[in-house]
Order: sequence, then structure tokens, then C-alpha cells
Amino acid sequence: MEILLQQIINGLVQGSVYALVALGYTMVYGILGLINFAHGEVVMIGAMIAMTVLQALLTAALTPVLAVLLSLLAAMAVCMALGYSIERIAYRPLRNAPRLAPLITAIGVSIVLQNLAMMIWGREYHAFPLPFNSTSHQLGGAIVNDVQIAIVIIALLIMSTLMWLVHRTRMGRAMRAVSENPAAAALMGVDINRVISVTFMLGSALAAVAGFMVSANYGIVHYYMGFMLGLKAFTAAVLGGIGNLRGAMLGGVLLGLIESLGAGYIGDITGGFLGSNYQDVFAFFVLIAVLILRPSGLLGEKLAERA
Amino acid sequence: MNHLLEVENLKVSYGGIQALKGINLSIAAGELVTLIGSNGAGKTTTLKVLAGLLHPASGKLQYRDRSLLHVPAHRRVVNGIALVPEGRGIFARLTVEENLLMGAYIRGDKAGIADDLERQYVLFPRLAERRTQLAGTLSGGEQQMVAMARALMSRPELLMLDEPSMGLAPLMVEKIFETIRGISIQGVTILLVEQNARLALETAQRGYVLESGAISLSGTAGELLGSDAVQQAYLGA
Ligand SMILES: Nc1ncnc2c1ncn2[C@@H]1O[C@H](COP(=O)(O)OP(=O)(O)OP(=O)(O)O)[C@@H](O)[C@H]1O
Ligand SMILES: [Mg+2]
Repeated sequence: MEILLQQIINGLVQGSVYALVALGYTMVYGILGLINFAHGEVVMIGAMIAMTVLQALLTAALTPVLAVLLSLLAAMAVCMALGYSIERIAYRPLRNAPRLAPLITAIGVSIVLQNLAMMIWGREYHAFPLPFNSTSHQLGGAIVNDVQIAIVIIALLIMSTLMWLVHRTRMGRAMRAVSENPAAAALMGVDINRVISVTFMLGSALAAVAGFMVSANYGIVHYYMGFMLGLKAFTAAVLGGIGNLRGAMLGGVLLGLIESLGAGYIGDITGGFLGSNYQDVFAFFVLIAVLILRPSGLLGEKLAERA
Repeated sequence: MNHLLEVENLKVSYGGIQALKGINLSIAAGELVTLIGSNGAGKTTTLKVLAGLLHPASGKLQYRDRSLLHVPAHRRVVNGIALVPEGRGIFARLTVEENLLMGAYIRGDKAGIADDLERQYVLFPRLAERRTQLAGTLSGGEQQMVAMARALMSRPELLMLDEPSMGLAPLMVEKIFETIRGISIQGVTILLVEQNARLALETAQRGYVLESGAISLSGTAGELLGSDAVQQAYLGA
């Protein structure tokens, strides 16, 4: 029973991070029909910037709260600029190219960013200098710490804000219009390029927050961390129905839970043959199952035929 | 005559196919002009070029004595040019009201937008009842109303309509054309593209006949209605 509760808590925490990253994939897909495979690296860059700025601010003896806040803002700002630039430089020139071209470019951007990070921050693992002791709390036999509570609450706040933005504001309405019919949106006076830029910047800001969250939760940062996280968040987006915002959030949380419960019980299920280090297998098992059984995802309406 | 819109020797190609072979047309402020022609004549192509969705290979495009050639589509609305596209182009997953608000995207005057919204609901009471309904769930005729009301929300000077009668029952066609006349009487300049040549010529003051990418005839609506060529080709006489 305690194990179950513990795995659910862990799953919700990890799932909140997946949800934030999955939103970035799904927003870009919704508007461009493009899978931005570089998105995971944006998360990694966010984590790196947050770590570096946080370290510097703490060295400069800023108060912990202020240092955390400013480093998060710095990571968001850098990632927004990065997301904007990726679209401008790598994807926009290929807007009317065959679908495979931007996909290959996305993988290229991903490799460039990884190598760039390796050059700047090296190959080693860095400790994330969180200036608080994350107090642990007992909860019905399970343990949950402050960082985990903060992750879930902040993710909820951010997601509600995003939903409000997309469904209740003029810019959000324009985003939905462009994603449905770009030519008609242009006839309404919408500058499509601007909306696309805003979409990339929003997704990247969420990626920065997610990068901060995983780093704070696990305490380490590494130039390769974006790869697996990106793949899993992409899986979450597909699970929920790519292009669908609610789907990305649902898929993220579900994937977090599946992974965590799977890792918690895989030993029992296989009679000790496989251990919890097989956790990553579940995400890809889910991806394959969704692609076979329900390619449009849980909340997706129609089959996504664009790549 | 002082023209609102003047098109000179406009040529458009899709890859190797020349869809417009150098057409000339002009519209004065306040006129209701129709462009008729059979399938594939180039009517939609013409409107798309005027709206900025397509770029001509050559030719002149003057609006209020200013060239439109380098004005992108999303800026032409700001200049007062609105298009109700072929197939309506409504946003199916937005509500009726959100569609209308998209029409007012370029405007910042909140009070004016609210007034105009009410005006559309008076013009199309059917839409008022359905303002929170997703536009994709409306009937074809209702969707055409959304498309027209949405275009009017930008307060256009020049309203271009691409086959507003397409796929509609006769009663609905009558209703849509009545609305078009009403909009025209209010002073909006209209360029109407139609397959239904008789209805179009009975509604418009002047007309152009487009044939395989070239203007073959033009004149007042009465002249065209009376012309043998038009009668034979488009009125089934
Ligand atoms: N995207 C395109 N690519 C290639 N050719 C096109 C394209 N769009 C239109 N054409 C061609 O250009 C010509 C004019 O097409 P257009 O759509 O302007 O005709 P139309 O007069 O609007 O016809 P309809 O009454 O059927 O709507 C046609 O021969 C059509 O096949
Ligand atoms: Mg047409």
C-alpha cells in the first residue's frame, strides 16, 4: 500500500514535468504540423542556464529565494530566445519544403544544441545548487518533499495560465485560428509568422521551467539529459493526441504514473527477473502500443497524417 | 471615374500553368461588381491575388492609388480589403462568436467591436442563437453566414465574395443575396464571384466575364444579361 502511494506521488511529480514539455511539442505540432525534435534540448539548455545563473547569484550572496527566482527567469528568457531563433533559422526557410526536410533539420538542431552544451558545460554531471533543504513529509506512509510539492503546484498553475491564454485571449484565439486554417487566419489580419514565433517562445518558456524542475528534483544536470526527457514528453504528447493541449497534459501525467508504477512493480511481475532500472522501457512500450492501437491518441480527433 | 481598385495586365501561374493571362479590371467606390465564368476560369485565383494569398507573376494592382503588390495578406485587411473565401474558410473548432471576433482581429476599439457584433446578430439572427456553438457544427448556410459576418467585422471598404451561393438551397441563396444587396446599399464596395451568372448579374451593377484566364466581356449588368454570348454560355438560353 505504501509502495503504491509512493509510486503514485513520484508518478505525478514526473508526470507534471512531462506534461509541461509535452505541451511544447503539441503546440508546435498543432500550428506547423512539425515535430520539433530539438525541444528536449531546449529543456536541457534551460536546466544548464538555471544552474549557471543560480550558482553565480548564490556566489554573489543573493538571498536564496531571489536567486532561485532570477535564475528561473533567466532560463526562461534564454530558452524563449533560443526557441525563437530555432524557428527563424532552421524551420522557417523550410516552411514549404517536403515534410521530411524540417524533420531532419530538427534532429540536426538537436545534435547542434547537445554539442554546444557539451562544449560550454563539459561532459560531466553537475550538481544543481538548490539553496534549500527540501524537507520531506510523511503522507500515509509515503514520503513527499518540498521540491516535489512545488513542482506539482507550479505545473498546475502554469498549465491553467496557458489554457486561459489559449482559450480566453486574442493571441490565443489567433493561435487556434492559425492552427486550423492559416490562410483564413491571414485573411483576418493575423501575422502568421508572428503567431508561430510566439508559439515557439511559449513552448520554450515551459521547457525552461521543466528543465529547472527536473534539475531541482534530481539534483543533477547533464548535457545529455534533454534527449530521454524529450523522447518521453513526445511520447506523452502522442499518448494524449498530438496537437491537443489537454491531451498533452493528460498524456504527461499518465505517462509519469505508468512509468512510476511500472518501475515499482516490474520486479514483482517478472519474479525479480527485471528491476526498476528498466523504467525507461515503459514509455516506449506505451508509444508503440498507442501507435498500433490508437494512433490519434486519447483525446486526438483525427489521425495525424502529417509528420 | 476615380477607382478604388485597379488591376492591370495581371498574370498568374501555378508552376507551368498560366491561370491568369493578363487581366484588367477596375472597381469604383460603392460599386457592386460581379466576376462570372465557368469552372477553372480563374475567378478564385483573381480573388486570391487581390487578397494577397497568391503573388502575381506580373501586373499592376492599385488600391486607392497605392500599389498592393508588396503588401502581405494580413496587411490588406488593415487597408480595408476583406475576402470571404471559396469554401467559406471558417474556423470549425472556434465558436461562432470567436469566429466573428477573429474578423475583428485587426481592431482595437472594444466598444465598436461589441456594437458590430450585435449588428451581425441582427443581420443574421440565426447566428445569435448559436453564438457559443462550434462553427464546424453549423449547417452550410449558417457557415456562409458566419463567413460573411466575420468579414464584415473588419469593417471592410471592399468586400470580395467567392461563390457565396455554393452548395446552398434556393431559399438560403435568396437570403444570402438579399444580405449582399443590403451590405452594398450601406456603401460597401463589393466584388462578387459567382457561378450562378443570372443571379449575379441581377444583383450587380457591372460585370466581367472571365474565360480561361482572360476577360472576354465586360459591361453593365443589363448589357451582359442581354448579350448573346453570355446568354449562350452562362444563362443556358
Ligand atoms: N494550387 C493550384 N495548383 C495548380 N493549378 C491550380 C491551382 N489552383 C488553381 N489552379 C488552376 O488554375 C485555374 C483557375 O483556377 P481557379 O480556382 O481560379 O478557377 P475558378 O474560376 O475559381 O473555378 P471554380 O468556379 O471551379 O471555382 C484552373 O485551371 C485550376 O486548375
Ligand atoms: Mg473558384
